[in-house]
Amino acid sequence: INHVMHNGGLYKRPFNEAFEETPMLVAVLTYVGYGVLTLFGYLRDFMRQWKIEKCQNATEREEQKDFVPLYQDFENFYNRNLYMRIRDSWNRPICSVPGAKVDMMERVSYDYNWTFTYTGRVIKDIINMGSYNYLGFAQNAGTCQEAAAKVLSQYGAGVCSTRQEMGNLDKHEELEKLVARFLGVESAMAYGMGFATNSMNIPALVGKGCLILSDELNHASLVLGARLSGATIRIFKHNNMQSLEKLLKDAIVHGQPRTRRPWKKILILVEGIYSMEGSIVRLPEVIALKKKYKSYLYLDEAHSIGALGPSGRGVVEYFGLSPEDVDVMMGTFTKSFGAAGGYIGGKKELIDYLRTYSHSAVYATSLSPPVVEQIITSMKCIMGEDGTTVGKARVQQLAENTRYFRRRLKEMGFIIYGNEDSPVVPLMLYMPAKIGAFGREMLKRNIGVVVVGFPATPIIESRARFCLSAAHTREMLDTALKEINEVGDLLQLKYSRHRLVPLLDRPFDETTYEETED
Amino acid sequence: EKEELIEEWQPEPLVPLVPKDHPALNYNIVSGPPTHIITVNGKECINFASFNFLGLLDNENVKSAAQASLKKYGVGTCGPRGFYGTFDVHLELEERLAKFMRTEEAIIYSYGFATIASAIPAYSKRGDIVFVDEAACFAIQKGLQASRSNIKLFKHNDMADLERLLKEQETEDQKNPRKARVTRRFIVVEGLYMNTGDVCPLPELIKLKYKYKVRIFLEESLSFGVLGTHGRGITEHFGINIDDIDLISANMENSLASIGGFCCGRSFIIDHQRLSGQGYCFSASLPPLLAAAAIEALNIMEDNPDIFQTLRAKCERIHKALQGITGLKVVGESFSPALHLQLEESCASRDNDVKLLKRVVDYCINNGIALTQACYLEKEEKCLPPPSIRVVVTVEQTEQELDKAAALLKEAAQSVLS
Repeated sequence: INHVMHNGGLYKRPFNEAFEETPMLVAVLTYVGYGVLTLFGYLRDFMRQWKIEKCQNATEREEQKDFVPLYQDFENFYNRNLYMRIRDSWNRPICSVPGAKVDMMERVSYDYNWTFTYTGRVIKDIINMGSYNYLGFAQNAGTCQEAAAKVLSQYGAGVCSTRQEMGNLDKHEELEKLVARFLGVESAMAYGMGFATNSMNIPALVGKGCLILSDELNHASLVLGARLSGATIRIFKHNNMQSLEKLLKDAIVHGQPRTRRPWKKILILVEGIYSMEGSIVRLPEVIALKKKYKSYLYLDEAHSIGALGPSGRGVVEYFGLSPEDVDVMMGTFTKSFGAAGGYIGGKKELIDYLRTYSHSAVYATSLSPPVVEQIITSMKCIMGEDGTTVGKARVQQLAENTRYFRRRLKEMGFIIYGNEDSPVVPLMLYMPAKIGAFGREMLKRNIGVVVVGFPATPIIESRARFCLSAAHTREMLDTALKEINEVGDLLQLKYSRHRLVPLLDRPFDETTYEETED
Repeated sequence: EKEELIEEWQPEPLVPLVPKDHPALNYNIVSGPPTHIITVNGKECINFASFNFLGLLDNENVKSAAQASLKKYGVGTCGPRGFYGTFDVHLELEERLAKFMRTEEAIIYSYGFATIASAIPAYSKRGDIVFVDEAACFAIQKGLQASRSNIKLFKHNDMADLERLLKEQETEDQKNPRKARVTRRFIVVEGLYMNTGDVCPLPELIKLKYKYKVRIFLEESLSFGVLGTHGRGITEHFGINIDDIDLISANMENSLASIGGFCCGRSFIIDHQRLSGQGYCFSASLPPLLAAAAIEALNIMEDNPDIFQTLRAKCERIHKALQGITGLKVVGESFSPALHLQLEESCASRDNDVKLLKRVVDYCINNGIALTQACYLEKEEKCLPPPSIRVVVTVEQTEQELDKAAALLKEAAQSVLS
């Protein structure tokens, strides 16, 4: 289903998102595949129980055998019988900087993935299409690393105290001012972990008697934060504005479920780019709805900050909107800035409140100083304040890479989900055997990819996910595309029925973004 | 009509206004590293407020190990553990921690708070029962809330109360044996409590464990690297076999002067978290320079086992020196490096207590000893501890400095409280 929307002038640019439907034959075969695996799973469990086959799972202590079992047998069925077979596609240990090319430690398994041994050999120069390195700041040399090294020798690695006690360094104040300037908001606050930013601040903002409207495919941290807050949670279909509007209308008209009292607040939780789908939130429409129904918007820009927008300011800039319309702008420093941690930006009252009542400010350690310095240097680079145009060049390179890569994959005939401008590219695999095969074949050809299956995705929609980076050169992308093409033919992954006619190779269209005159 | 309702509805403001002079709003600004001599709000003081127990924050070896790692790997890992975020330093740190604690396996988290808050919900689900001490820290409370299990609080360090709850649960079980066979039970305790500075009676807990068939989760954030002859924590302190404890969780932000946390125990238990620990699977891994700093800190701990004895001696010294201050009482064991000083006679309201203690703290900072009040979220804590001043002892403090701190506190209490 292709959407090209120019919704009454709300969108200043075409919004191309596509989620091609699963071909019927493929769906049936996938279910058959899972059925066979389940049957074999039962058979092997039976054999293990009757000691015909050796049980290689770790077991409970002898002294505690009469305790209530810690895990239900059935919970681990999936783990034992399906996950174990293809376990070598995940948790691959690397031993170099996670840049465009990475070195991996070779590991083999002599007992079908139950245990791994490291051969000691290092596989060098694998093209890295799995790390979240959108702007290529994962570097071990250059201005960012030098600045971080200086701060490390001056301040040390840890902080040993919480923000409200003795952990608020002058570096943190500097960082927060910079983040506020970068986002175009009044004030910002930084935290030590992106996941914890969500799970510790949503409970501080909403509580019992409030309503949370959360997208179907929100990240685990948003779901956990919503649950911990104690508010009522209602889920709307992924990126579906009609579903959201209906929920908003019902909420205001009917009030709380049993008492019929009006809700105290309504908070809408959305993400900038959804990492499993590659889709971008329909921000203009969400903001229009939010204004009409007087609710608050919490935007999680974990993947979109730095990756979208002509100057890397995220999804708000991408749509040409004002940051003042978003009540809470949250993001992480892990992906585009090559560091760790998260931030929340917004009006001064909001940040003052969070400084006083956020769980993280009171009980959790603040950011480590060299990490703070990395964020400061990389953010200045993106903004152009370090005097070079490196940042701008990287943002443009990422956009170019995204468009090129997606176009070529579509031409080859794969089913690719998501928005044309999102640097997260999911390629559908569907069948369980192909998950393992794709990962292994690509590694043989020196390309590192990420494959995901159930439970991160719906059971038949397993996929391979490519994360593009500004550090990828055209040659690397071409090599990768060539190999993907080969593997696609080998594994019969070219499911798409909308084969595009390959366009004449034209250079990246400069007029797509509004350029300011230098 | 519906349109009218939509027009009329007015939500609350997203956040209430915080008054400008709220005590928690104005943070202390530390210029420069938070080491032994710390510059707080422009004044140079001796640091009695950061949990830098073994003084490793400023250690040159730790810093150079971190520098080497920075040169090799850069700063961030750009991915969770499952997707090219596992570095050889992480694997090495996990192995070293497991070997140091003498358990089978260890797992690392990138944030100390998230460690126990992700570990508990990985095992305890809706319908399971958790017996937890009243003085448990906030991270444990959040972990319990996320797990949706039945929580039963027992009075702080009161084994009789715990046994009573366990007996009650036993009689419940006999009424419904089918349900009892699938309900998991856990006891969650801390080795050295952050809120009260005392230890849990671990030998009695082990006896209760085997009598009532409950599993023990031990949170050792403050006792790791402090208690025991080699710093292995409370199990070494009491001489208990470490396999008797099902899960030990600790954060690396206190003794190891790094960031992050770890859990250790038998592979049967720890391996489960690799797929179901939320803070592990859905979050980026620990930056390698912090992991390298932690490995070097572990090396130092293993090579110099006498620092634990030195730390204990200093704790005893200051504990004795702080006795007898008019108006303030010392709360905590004599060997605990994190003590609390509470008001002997509290005024009518908590706010006034907090203001009074703040004046004491300010007096001390103005005269060269950096202290802080223990901060809590008043509305969110299950059992809010009384307001107190936190005193932290580190190996770097000399005996003169300890004495000076005690004298200054006496002076401050005299001038503010009388």
